[in-house]
Amino acid sequence: MLPRAEFVHWWFATGFLVIGVLLVAEAVVGTEVWRRRPWRAYLWPGFMFLMGVLMWPVMVFYTNSTIHMLAHGSWAQAMMLAGGAELALVRGKIRSPYWRLATALGLAVSGAAILIHEQNGWLFARAAFLHHAIGWTAMVGAGLLLLRAFRPRSTALQAGVAVVFVLIAVFLYSDRDTAPIFGHMSPLAGEPRR
Amino acid sequence: MESHIATDVAVERSRGRSLRATAINLIGPLTMLAGVTWAFLQPYRLTLLHPHGQGFWWLLSEPPLYVVLVGLVFAVLVAPGVVADLQEAEDAAES
Repeated sequence: MLPRAEFVHWWFATGFLVIGVLLVAEAVVGTEVWRRRPWRAYLWPGFMFLMGVLMWPVMVFYTNSTIHMLAHGSWAQAMMLAGGAELALVRGKIRSPYWRLATALGLAVSGAAILIHEQNGWLFARAAFLHHAIGWTAMVGAGLLLLRAFRPRSTALQAGVAVVFVLIAVFLYSDRDTAPIFGHMSPLAGEPRR
Repeated sequence: MESHIATDVAVERSRGRSLRATAINLIGPLTMLAGVTWAFLQPYRLTLLHPHGQGFWWLLSEPPLYVVLVGLVFAVLVAPGVVADLQEAEDAAES
Protein backbone atom coordinates (compact mmCIF):
# COMPACT_ATOMS: atom_id res chain seq x y z
CA MET A 1 0.00 0.00 0.00
CA LEU A 2 3.00 2.32 0.35
CA PRO A 3 3.47 4.71 -2.58
CA ARG A 4 6.49 3.96 -4.76
CA ALA A 5 9.68 5.84 -4.00
CA GLU A 6 9.44 7.98 -7.14
CA PHE A 7 5.99 9.24 -6.14
CA VAL A 8 7.44 10.54 -2.89
CA HIS A 9 10.30 12.11 -4.84
CA TRP A 10 7.77 13.89 -7.11
CA TRP A 11 5.86 15.23 -4.09
CA PHE A 12 9.04 16.61 -2.58
CA ALA A 13 10.00 17.95 -6.03
CA THR A 14 6.79 19.96 -5.90
CA GLY A 15 7.80 21.33 -2.50
CA PHE A 16 11.21 22.35 -3.86
CA LEU A 17 9.53 23.92 -6.90
CA VAL A 18 7.25 25.95 -4.62
CA ILE A 19 10.26 27.18 -2.64
CA GLY A 20 12.19 27.90 -5.86
CA VAL A 21 9.34 29.92 -7.39
CA LEU A 22 8.91 31.93 -4.18
CA LEU A 23 12.66 32.61 -4.00
CA VAL A 24 12.72 33.73 -7.64
CA ALA A 25 9.91 36.20 -6.90
CA GLU A 26 11.70 37.47 -3.79
CA ALA A 27 14.91 37.92 -5.80
CA VAL A 28 13.04 39.91 -8.47
CA VAL A 29 11.31 42.39 -6.14
CA GLY A 30 13.79 42.46 -3.26
CA THR A 31 13.35 41.41 0.35
CA GLU A 32 11.80 44.71 1.52
CA VAL A 33 8.92 44.52 -0.95
CA TRP A 34 8.55 40.77 -0.47
CA ARG A 35 8.06 41.22 3.28
CA ARG A 36 5.51 44.04 3.00
CA ARG A 37 2.84 41.42 3.73
CA PRO A 38 4.01 39.48 6.77
CA TRP A 39 2.46 36.16 5.73
CA ARG A 40 4.58 36.16 2.59
CA ALA A 41 7.81 36.22 4.59
CA TYR A 42 6.81 32.94 6.26
CA LEU A 43 5.97 31.13 3.05
CA TRP A 44 9.22 29.53 1.91
CA PRO A 45 10.70 28.97 5.40
CA GLY A 46 7.37 27.43 6.39
CA PHE A 47 7.43 25.12 3.37
CA MET A 48 11.01 24.13 4.17
CA PHE A 49 10.09 23.29 7.76
CA LEU A 50 6.98 21.39 6.66
CA MET A 51 9.03 19.35 4.19
CA GLY A 52 11.41 18.50 7.01
CA VAL A 53 8.52 17.29 9.15
CA LEU A 54 7.09 15.24 6.26
CA MET A 55 10.49 13.65 5.68
CA TRP A 56 10.17 11.78 9.00
CA PRO A 57 7.39 9.45 7.78
CA VAL A 58 9.52 8.82 4.68
CA MET A 59 12.38 7.79 6.96
CA VAL A 60 10.12 5.57 9.04
CA PHE A 61 8.31 3.79 6.20
CA TYR A 62 11.06 3.48 3.57
CA THR A 63 13.49 1.27 5.41
CA ASN A 64 14.77 -0.74 2.45
CA SER A 65 18.33 -0.03 3.61
CA THR A 66 19.96 1.44 6.69
CA ILE A 67 21.90 3.98 4.68
CA HIS A 68 18.69 5.27 3.06
CA MET A 69 17.05 5.52 6.46
CA LEU A 70 20.00 7.53 7.80
CA ALA A 71 19.99 9.76 4.70
CA HIS A 72 16.25 10.47 5.01
CA GLY A 73 16.70 11.21 8.72
CA SER A 74 19.53 13.65 8.03
CA TRP A 75 17.44 15.45 5.38
CA ALA A 76 14.52 15.70 7.81
CA GLN A 77 16.74 17.28 10.45
CA ALA A 78 18.54 19.54 7.98
CA MET A 79 15.31 20.89 6.48
CA MET A 80 13.72 21.42 9.89
CA LEU A 81 16.82 23.24 11.12
CA ALA A 82 16.98 25.44 8.01
CA GLY A 83 13.25 26.16 7.97
CA GLY A 84 13.15 26.72 11.73
CA ALA A 85 16.07 29.17 11.68
CA GLU A 86 14.59 31.14 8.76
CA LEU A 87 11.18 31.22 10.47
CA ALA A 88 12.74 32.47 13.70
CA LEU A 89 14.64 35.16 11.76
CA VAL A 90 11.44 36.34 10.06
CA ARG A 91 9.57 36.33 13.37
CA GLY A 92 12.39 38.23 15.08
CA LYS A 93 13.02 35.54 17.70
CA ILE A 94 16.65 35.49 16.60
CA ARG A 95 18.39 38.51 15.13
CA SER A 96 21.89 37.69 13.97
CA PRO A 97 21.98 37.37 10.17
CA TYR A 98 24.54 34.62 10.62
CA TRP A 99 21.67 32.33 11.58
CA ARG A 100 21.20 32.12 7.81
CA LEU A 101 24.22 29.85 7.92
CA ALA A 102 21.84 27.19 9.27
CA THR A 103 20.26 26.99 5.81
CA ALA A 104 23.71 26.70 4.21
CA LEU A 105 24.60 23.98 6.69
CA GLY A 106 21.30 22.20 6.02
CA LEU A 107 21.91 22.14 2.28
CA ALA A 108 25.53 21.06 2.75
CA VAL A 109 24.50 18.18 5.03
CA SER A 110 21.73 17.19 2.61
CA GLY A 111 24.10 17.29 -0.36
CA ALA A 112 26.74 15.28 1.48
CA ALA A 113 24.16 12.70 2.60
CA ILE A 114 22.82 12.21 -0.90
CA LEU A 115 26.33 11.86 -2.34
CA ILE A 116 27.52 9.49 0.36
CA HIS A 117 24.50 7.20 0.26
CA GLU A 118 24.74 6.72 -3.53
CA GLN A 119 27.11 3.79 -3.95
CA ASN A 120 27.20 3.71 -7.76
CA GLY A 121 28.84 5.91 -10.40
CA TRP A 122 27.12 8.70 -12.36
CA LEU A 123 26.02 6.57 -15.33
CA PHE A 124 25.05 3.38 -13.50
CA ALA A 125 21.35 4.23 -13.82
CA ARG A 126 19.12 7.25 -13.89
CA ALA A 127 18.68 7.14 -10.10
CA ALA A 128 22.48 7.15 -9.62
CA PHE A 129 22.90 10.04 -12.05
CA LEU A 130 20.21 12.02 -10.26
CA HIS A 131 21.74 11.35 -6.84
CA HIS A 132 25.07 12.75 -8.02
CA ALA A 133 23.42 15.68 -9.81
CA ILE A 134 21.26 16.59 -6.81
CA GLY A 135 24.13 16.16 -4.37
CA TRP A 136 26.50 18.46 -6.23
CA THR A 137 23.74 20.98 -6.97
CA ALA A 138 22.97 21.07 -3.24
CA MET A 139 26.65 21.62 -2.47
CA VAL A 140 26.75 24.56 -4.92
CA GLY A 141 23.57 25.85 -3.27
CA ALA A 142 25.22 25.57 0.14
CA GLY A 143 28.14 27.65 -1.17
CA LEU A 144 25.75 30.31 -2.48
CA LEU A 145 23.86 30.36 0.83
CA LEU A 146 27.15 30.70 2.68
CA LEU A 147 28.00 33.76 0.60
CA ARG A 148 24.45 35.11 1.03
CA ALA A 149 24.87 35.08 4.80
CA PHE A 150 27.61 37.67 4.38
CA ARG A 151 26.01 39.57 1.46
CA PRO A 152 22.26 39.31 2.18
CA ARG A 153 21.29 42.04 -0.31
CA SER A 154 22.99 40.48 -3.32
CA THR A 155 20.34 39.87 -5.99
CA ALA A 156 22.66 37.55 -7.92
CA LEU A 157 23.13 35.30 -4.88
CA GLN A 158 19.39 35.29 -4.14
CA ALA A 159 18.65 34.38 -7.74
CA GLY A 160 21.36 31.69 -7.67
CA VAL A 161 19.82 30.09 -4.58
CA ALA A 162 16.39 30.17 -6.25
CA VAL A 163 17.76 28.45 -9.36
CA VAL A 164 19.35 25.76 -7.17
CA PHE A 165 15.96 24.93 -5.63
CA VAL A 166 14.27 24.83 -9.05
CA LEU A 167 17.06 22.56 -10.37
CA ILE A 168 16.67 20.19 -7.42
CA ALA A 169 12.93 20.07 -8.20
CA VAL A 170 13.67 19.22 -11.85
CA PHE A 171 16.07 16.44 -10.81
CA LEU A 172 13.57 14.98 -8.34
CA TYR A 173 10.82 15.07 -10.97
CA SER A 174 13.17 13.17 -13.29
CA ASP A 175 13.35 10.20 -10.94
CA ARG A 176 12.05 7.08 -12.64
CA ASP A 177 13.53 4.04 -10.92
CA THR A 178 16.03 2.29 -13.25
CA ALA A 179 15.22 4.15 -16.48
CA PRO A 180 18.31 4.81 -18.63
CA ILE A 181 19.99 8.19 -18.71
CA PHE A 182 21.59 9.42 -21.95
CA GLY A 183 21.47 5.85 -23.23
CA HIS A 184 24.13 4.67 -20.78
CA MET A 185 23.26 2.21 -18.05
CA SER A 186 25.01 -0.68 -16.39
CA PRO A 187 23.43 -4.08 -17.16
CA LEU A 188 23.54 -4.63 -13.39
CA ALA A 189 21.05 -1.79 -12.80
CA GLY A 190 18.02 -3.83 -13.88
CA GLU A 191 15.60 -3.71 -16.75
CA PRO A 192 15.41 -0.26 -18.36
CA ARG A 193 12.08 1.55 -18.31
CA ARG A 194 10.82 4.86 -19.64
CA MET B 1 17.26 69.99 -12.51
CA GLU B 2 16.44 70.34 -16.19
CA SER B 3 12.97 69.08 -16.97
CA HIS B 4 14.00 66.58 -19.68
CA ILE B 5 16.56 64.99 -17.32
CA ALA B 6 13.89 64.62 -14.64
CA THR B 7 11.55 63.10 -17.24
CA ASP B 8 14.27 60.65 -18.36
CA VAL B 9 14.86 59.52 -14.77
CA ALA B 10 11.11 59.04 -14.25
CA VAL B 11 10.85 57.05 -17.48
CA GLU B 12 13.83 54.86 -16.51
CA ARG B 13 12.31 54.17 -13.07
CA SER B 14 8.96 53.38 -14.59
CA ARG B 15 10.62 51.02 -17.08
CA GLY B 16 12.48 49.19 -14.29
CA ARG B 17 9.28 48.85 -12.27
CA SER B 18 7.37 47.64 -15.26
CA LEU B 19 10.07 45.05 -16.03
CA ARG B 20 10.01 43.70 -12.49
CA ALA B 21 6.21 43.63 -12.41
CA THR B 22 6.20 41.84 -15.77
CA ALA B 23 8.73 39.32 -14.46
CA ILE B 24 6.54 38.58 -11.44
CA ASN B 25 3.46 38.27 -13.64
CA LEU B 26 5.34 35.86 -15.92
CA ILE B 27 6.56 33.44 -13.23
CA GLY B 28 3.20 31.70 -12.86
CA PRO B 29 2.35 31.39 -16.58
CA LEU B 30 5.90 30.23 -17.42
CA THR B 31 5.72 27.57 -14.70
CA MET B 32 2.36 26.43 -16.04
CA LEU B 33 3.76 26.41 -19.57
CA ALA B 34 6.64 24.21 -18.39
CA GLY B 35 4.15 21.73 -16.93
CA VAL B 36 2.01 21.69 -20.08
CA THR B 37 5.09 21.28 -22.31
CA TRP B 38 6.26 18.39 -20.13
CA ALA B 39 2.81 16.77 -20.40
CA PHE B 40 3.02 16.94 -24.21
CA LEU B 41 6.58 15.60 -24.27
CA GLN B 42 5.87 12.72 -21.86
CA PRO B 43 2.11 12.06 -21.97
CA TYR B 44 2.65 8.65 -20.32
CA ARG B 45 3.44 10.56 -17.11
CA LEU B 46 -0.25 11.51 -16.93
CA THR B 47 -1.99 8.33 -15.89
CA LEU B 48 -5.29 10.24 -15.95
CA LEU B 49 -5.08 10.02 -19.75
CA HIS B 50 -5.23 6.22 -19.55
CA PRO B 51 -6.64 5.50 -16.10
CA HIS B 52 -7.80 1.93 -16.72
CA GLY B 53 -6.00 -0.49 -14.42
CA GLN B 54 -4.08 2.22 -12.55
CA GLY B 55 -3.90 2.12 -8.76
CA PHE B 56 -4.65 4.96 -6.35
CA TRP B 57 -1.05 6.21 -6.06
CA TRP B 58 -0.49 6.19 -9.82
CA LEU B 59 -3.67 8.22 -10.31
CA LEU B 60 -2.67 10.66 -7.58
CA SER B 61 0.86 11.14 -8.94
CA GLU B 62 0.64 13.41 -11.98
CA PRO B 63 3.90 15.40 -11.90
CA PRO B 64 3.22 17.66 -14.94
CA LEU B 65 -0.07 18.66 -13.33
CA TYR B 66 1.74 19.40 -10.06
CA VAL B 67 3.95 21.86 -11.97
CA VAL B 68 0.90 23.48 -13.59
CA LEU B 69 -0.75 23.70 -10.17
CA VAL B 70 2.27 25.42 -8.61
CA GLY B 71 2.25 28.02 -11.41
CA LEU B 72 -1.49 28.51 -11.11
CA VAL B 73 -1.44 28.98 -7.33
CA PHE B 74 1.45 31.43 -7.60
CA ALA B 75 -0.26 33.41 -10.38
CA VAL B 76 -3.59 33.60 -8.55
CA LEU B 77 -2.63 33.89 -4.87
CA VAL B 78 0.87 35.39 -4.71
CA ALA B 79 1.72 37.41 -7.83
CA PRO B 80 -1.08 40.06 -7.66
CA GLY B 81 -0.14 41.07 -4.11
CA VAL B 82 3.56 41.20 -4.93
CA VAL B 83 2.95 43.43 -7.96
CA ALA B 84 0.67 45.74 -5.93
CA ASP B 85 3.28 46.01 -3.16
CA LEU B 86 6.03 46.64 -5.72
CA GLN B 87 4.07 49.53 -7.22
CA GLU B 88 3.30 50.94 -3.77
CA ALA B 89 6.95 50.80 -2.77
CA GLU B 90 8.07 52.46 -6.00
CA ASP B 91 5.43 55.17 -5.69
CA ALA B 92 6.48 55.86 -2.10
CA ALA B 93 10.13 56.09 -3.15
CA GLU B 94 9.29 58.53 -5.96
CA SER B 95 7.13 60.89 -3.85
